Parts: sequence; C-alpha cells; structure tokens
Amino acid sequence: MIVIKNISKRFGKLQALDHLSLQLSRGACVALIGPNGCGKTTLIKSLLGMVLPDEGSLIFNGQDIRHNNEYRRQIGYMPQIGRYPENMTIGQVIGMIKGIRNSNETPDYELYEQFGIDRMLHKKMRTLSGGTTQKVSATLAFLFHPPVLILDEPTAGLDPVAAEILKAKIADAKNKGRLILITSHLLSELEGMVNQVVFMQEGKLLLHKDTTELKAVTGQKTIKEAIVHLLKTGAK
Amino acid sequence: MIRILKYVTLDILKNRIVIIYAVVLALFSWSAFGLEDNTSKGLLTVLNLLLLTVPLVSVLFSTIYVYNNNEFIELLVSHPVRRSMIWKALFAGLSLSMTAAFILGAGLPLLLFADPATALIMIAAGVLLSVIFIAIAFLSSIVTRDKAKGIGIAIMLWLYFALLFDGLVLFLYFQFADYPIEKPVVLLSALSPVDLCRILILLRLDVSAMMGYTGAIFKNFFGNGWGLILSFSLLLLWIWVPFRVSLQKFKKKDL
Repeated sequence: MIVIKNISKRFGKLQALDHLSLQLSRGACVALIGPNGCGKTTLIKSLLGMVLPDEGSLIFNGQDIRHNNEYRRQIGYMPQIGRYPENMTIGQVIGMIKGIRNSNETPDYELYEQFGIDRMLHKKMRTLSGGTTQKVSATLAFLFHPPVLILDEPTAGLDPVAAEILKAKIADAKNKGRLILITSHLLSELEGMVNQVVFMQEGKLLLHKDTTELKAVTGQKTIKEAIVHLLKTGAK
Repeated sequence: MIRILKYVTLDILKNRIVIIYAVVLALFSWSAFGLEDNTSKGLLTVLNLLLLTVPLVSVLFSTIYVYNNNEFIELLVSHPVRRSMIWKALFAGLSLSMTAAFILGAGLPLLLFADPATALIMIAAGVLLSVIFIAIAFLSSIVTRDKAKGIGIAIMLWLYFALLFDGLVLFLYFQFADYPIEKPVVLLSALSPVDLCRILILLRLDVSAMMGYTGAIFKNFFGNGWGLILSFSLLLLWIWVPFRVSLQKFKKKDL
C-alpha cells in the first residue's frame, strides 16, 4: 500500500533520512522505533507531504505522492505534539476539519464520545492541557474511517484511562484490516498491539521484521528484549 | 479554497486589531477633513496617512498573522488540501479584511469630502498599497522561520519603501544632475510601490511641489492617461511578483 523508495532528507548538517526504502502493506500494524532523532517523525511527515524529501519517491496505492494531495483523504494522522489555531474552540476545529474533508460518510464518533469531547466543545485550543490536545488529535485521526492510520507517540501525555480507550480503538482498527503505523518509545506498550517492527537509526532502516520472526531469531520473549538483544549484539 | 477562506476571514475579523485599525483610520480622516477649512489640506493629511500608515499596518499585521497561523497551516497540510490553496486563502483573507478596514475607515470620508474622481483614485491607491504590503509581508515571513527576524525584515522593507527610497532617488538626481537622467529616474521610481502611489495621486492633485522629487519628474513625464495605466499595471505587478515568489517558496517548505 505504501512504498518508500530510497528517500533522503537533509536539514542543514543533519541527515534526517539516509537512502531509506520501506514497503508497508494493508493489514499491517507497524511499530516504528528507534532512538531520539533517528528520523521517525521526518519519515512520517514525508509520508504526509509535510516534509519534501531531497531525493527518492513515495508511492501511495500506486501513485506518487508528489504534487498530489487527494491521497491524504485516506490517512488519519495523529501528531506527536498537536498544534492547533489557538483562538479556535475544539468544536470549531472539528467543524473546520469536517468541512475541509467534505466527506459523505458518517464520521466515526466513538472516540469523541468516549473521551467526552462533547462536554468541552466550547473550550479554546489555547487553554487545553497536553493530554486533552492529544484526545482531540486522536479523535480527528479516527474521524473519517481512514484506511491508513499514522500515529506519532499516540499515548504520550494521555491518562491511563484515555490511553486504554485509544489502544482499544487501535486494536479495533487493526482487526478491520487498516494499515497502522505507530511510533513509540514505550516498547512494552506496543507488545501485543503490533505485528511488524521497523527499527531506524540515524536515518537508516536497520530492520523490518514480523514480531514473531524477530522474537524467534533473537530467542527472546518480548519485542523490548528482542530489540535490546539486537542492539547489544550489533546484529541485523 | 472558499471554505478555508471563510475560516481565515472570520478569524481575522474576530481579531480586534483590524477593527481598531479601521477606527483609527476613520478618526484621523474625519478629523483631517473636519478641522481643515479647505479640502485639499485635508486630502494631504489623508495622503500621508495612506502612504505611511496603511503600508506599515498592512505589512506588520500580516507578517505577525502568518507567523501566528503556523499551527493552522500545519493542521491543514496533513489533510487533502492543496498547499497553494492554503497560502492563497490566507492571502485573500488578509487582503479582504485589510481592504475592508481601509475602505470603511478612510474611504468613506474621502468619498464624502473630496471630489469623486480624486476620492476614487486615492481609495484605489490605498487598496493597492494594502495588498502590496500584504504580499511583501508574505515574502518576508516565508524567508525565515524566526518570527523576530521576519518582522524585522518586514519593518526594514517598509522603512526602505516609505522613507528611504525617495531620499535615495533625490540623492542620485543631485549627484548626476549634469546628465540627462530624467528617464532613469522615472524607471527608478517604479521600483517602489509607495512612490508609484504618490505619483498616481499627484497626477490628480496639483501639489507636486510638496510631494518629493520623483513625483515632480513623473508629472512632467506622464501628465496623461498613459501614466495612470502604466502606474496601475506596475502596482499590480508589485502584488503579483512578491506573492508568486512566496507561493513558490511555500510549496517547497518543510513544515
């Protein structure tokens, strides 16, 4: 569904992405992991067309995403730090995004209801706590039944109850055969949720494996242990 | 485009600055015409307002507005919206609100007190100057990510166009007074939209002596309809070029 061909991106001296190639297919729930500053967010932003790679190409459903924006209709994106127009209220932001998407489908209000967003529609984005902003981001990401979900640190900043609601929603989307891409630092949290692991370092792809295969190769029980084992032995 | 434009315009109109700007413009224009017993003195006051204040407020407000709307831009970019649409909607929204504020503030008294042709030319010049300096603001805010630097560039550009340029032309004129340099000077004045507007209005009013040297030469050169058409086309170019350049840069910007 998504084919990334040899993309590179440089920000001044920093090589954020270094000739990275990756293929993601429908139904996969992929954990995108790696140390801080390894290029995870840059990769995600390239997929969304927010960052334009210096070279290489990104193919979404057989179409090059360069000079194309309609493909984004199929993506739900939850940013790591949601930044919203400060003077708008939650209701206005949701209304505006609905207006822009102009979708005929009935929106998916499950998260909206579970997070109790209807009770704070009049609150200005400026006054929201980090966790509430994350709830709004999550609601927006799932609102239009997107076939592809890109979640950048989805549970960071959420309280345990909200995090559980979101995880259940992600599991539900996975069962529906959506392609899900999650970045997280909490490897234990991804356990049981993801079925593939992509490990990046310094803008390069170190490995892309099924979780079961990864555990079998390294002889470890959890993803966390397997990754630590790999890093220690330096094997690929 | 229309949908985004709606949100942008509503957002700007909610911003009190634009309303205060319209009220201040109105106060100055009404008092200029009300206190002076002859209209042409009032017109000169409004002219100065138009050549200095309108560009300054347009360029400053727009630069700050574009920086403050980074979040809005980021939010929209991850949705199925063309990038150029976002930029154009921001530009159209700002132009509409600033123009409306100018027409309500300074345009109404002009229409009431000045003769219709002069009033119309001054309103046209004011509208064009507003939009030109919004285009310049878009250019300065895309050049750098740093808000302080961007605002600095915007103020420098305003200072240059509104104050320094005429002095520079005058200086050049005196330095090369022994040579036939009228034509180059006319060409030079096309390099500043504020000077162009001054010329445009000068060709209507008969007060060239008070309006700087460039104006005097231009009046000799284009005392007819061609001068008007040429100045208007040059002013439109002053909107188109900075906005085009900023749009190209915005399309390639990493967010």
